[in-house]
Amino acid sequence: MTNATVQMEGQLQDHVHDAVAPAAAHAKGQQHPIKLYLVVWAWLFVLSTCSYLVDYFGLQGSLRWSLILLFMMLKAGLIVAVFMHMAWERLALAYAILLPPVAVLVFVSIMVLESEYTHFLRVMFFATPA
Amino acid sequence: MAETILTNTGPGAGRLPGWRGIAADWASDQRAFKNVSWGKAMMWIFLLSDTFIFSCFLLSYMTARMSTTVPWPNPSEVFALNLGGKHIPLILIAIMTFVLISSSGTMAMAVNFGYRRDRVRTAILMLVTAAFGATFVSMQAFEWTKLIMEGVRPWSNPWGAAQFGSSFFMITGFHGTHVTIGVIFLIAIARKVWRGDFDVGRRGFFTSRRGYYEIVEITGLYWHFVDLVWVFIFAFFYLW
Repeated sequence: MTNATVQMEGQLQDHVHDAVAPAAAHAKGQQHPIKLYLVVWAWLFVLSTCSYLVDYFGLQGSLRWSLILLFMMLKAGLIVAVFMHMAWERLALAYAILLPPVAVLVFVSIMVLESEYTHFLRVMFFATPA
Repeated sequence: MAETILTNTGPGAGRLPGWRGIAADWASDQRAFKNVSWGKAMMWIFLLSDTFIFSCFLLSYMTARMSTTVPWPNPSEVFALNLGGKHIPLILIAIMTFVLISSSGTMAMAVNFGYRRDRVRTAILMLVTAAFGATFVSMQAFEWTKLIMEGVRPWSNPWGAAQFGSSFFMITGFHGTHVTIGVIFLIAIARKVWRGDFDVGRRGFFTSRRGYYEIVEITGLYWHFVDLVWVFIFAFFYLW
């Protein structure tokens, strides 16, 4: 494999039709500059530090939760998109993998209702005054 | 089984843009994942199923924590350490997070060097990744030992809601198992890379198939997933 193909950022092929693709097909696999990974790596460190600092400074309430969720989603997004190369995969694969976990959110909302109900019953009938 | 020739392994070049492209790829009697090998597709589907497993663990933890009337132990205090005479909250977990992120970084670079057929660098980076993983598991073993010595059990603990112990051991135990399997997987593949199996087309002992450097990327997918799960455990179990 030549350096030229190594340097080739996949996006260049974006508009190449399937039929003419074999010309570029020997550029097998994912090829991206190392610098990209180092930048993402650094960002993951920064984001992890930020989420640790949320705890270190003892932020509370909705500010704490929104920050934790924000840093979590950013980190997860970077890992999936760049480290796992999902950003460069075909949409048919990306949607097949990324859409089903959305169903988990439905499960979350069901269990939130359920646990609030359980908590209500426990407070009503079992809890000893704190 | 004949290997399907992958045309246009470049980026997401669909025949049609957006949803129409997805429908065209999935419709009729044809291969859905056009430029993805069966190995990579199966790893992604496995990871999807694993996502549901960890989701269920975190959901049951959420349900236990939301429905208990007993106060939940404060993770910031539970996982604090005294270092150099200073009491630092959650420091061990923070270090574990950085170790795992670093292992993901070295893994991503190993994949890159693998596709460049630089087998020495690939093998070394994979072994560094495995070493980070082993460090992570050791720190987790230390953490478990510390908590068990302090009296945390799956059915009780000194600080509050009894479900804390069961959630903790279940979630971190399952994640630690994943990391351990990942370390073994990494070492096995690194050995093949080092030996040059993927340069000479040597057949694997189990499947008798010729390997390709793509297996490095597939191993990497698994490893990054382990890191990804930790991101969620860190946020929901340790920080929340």
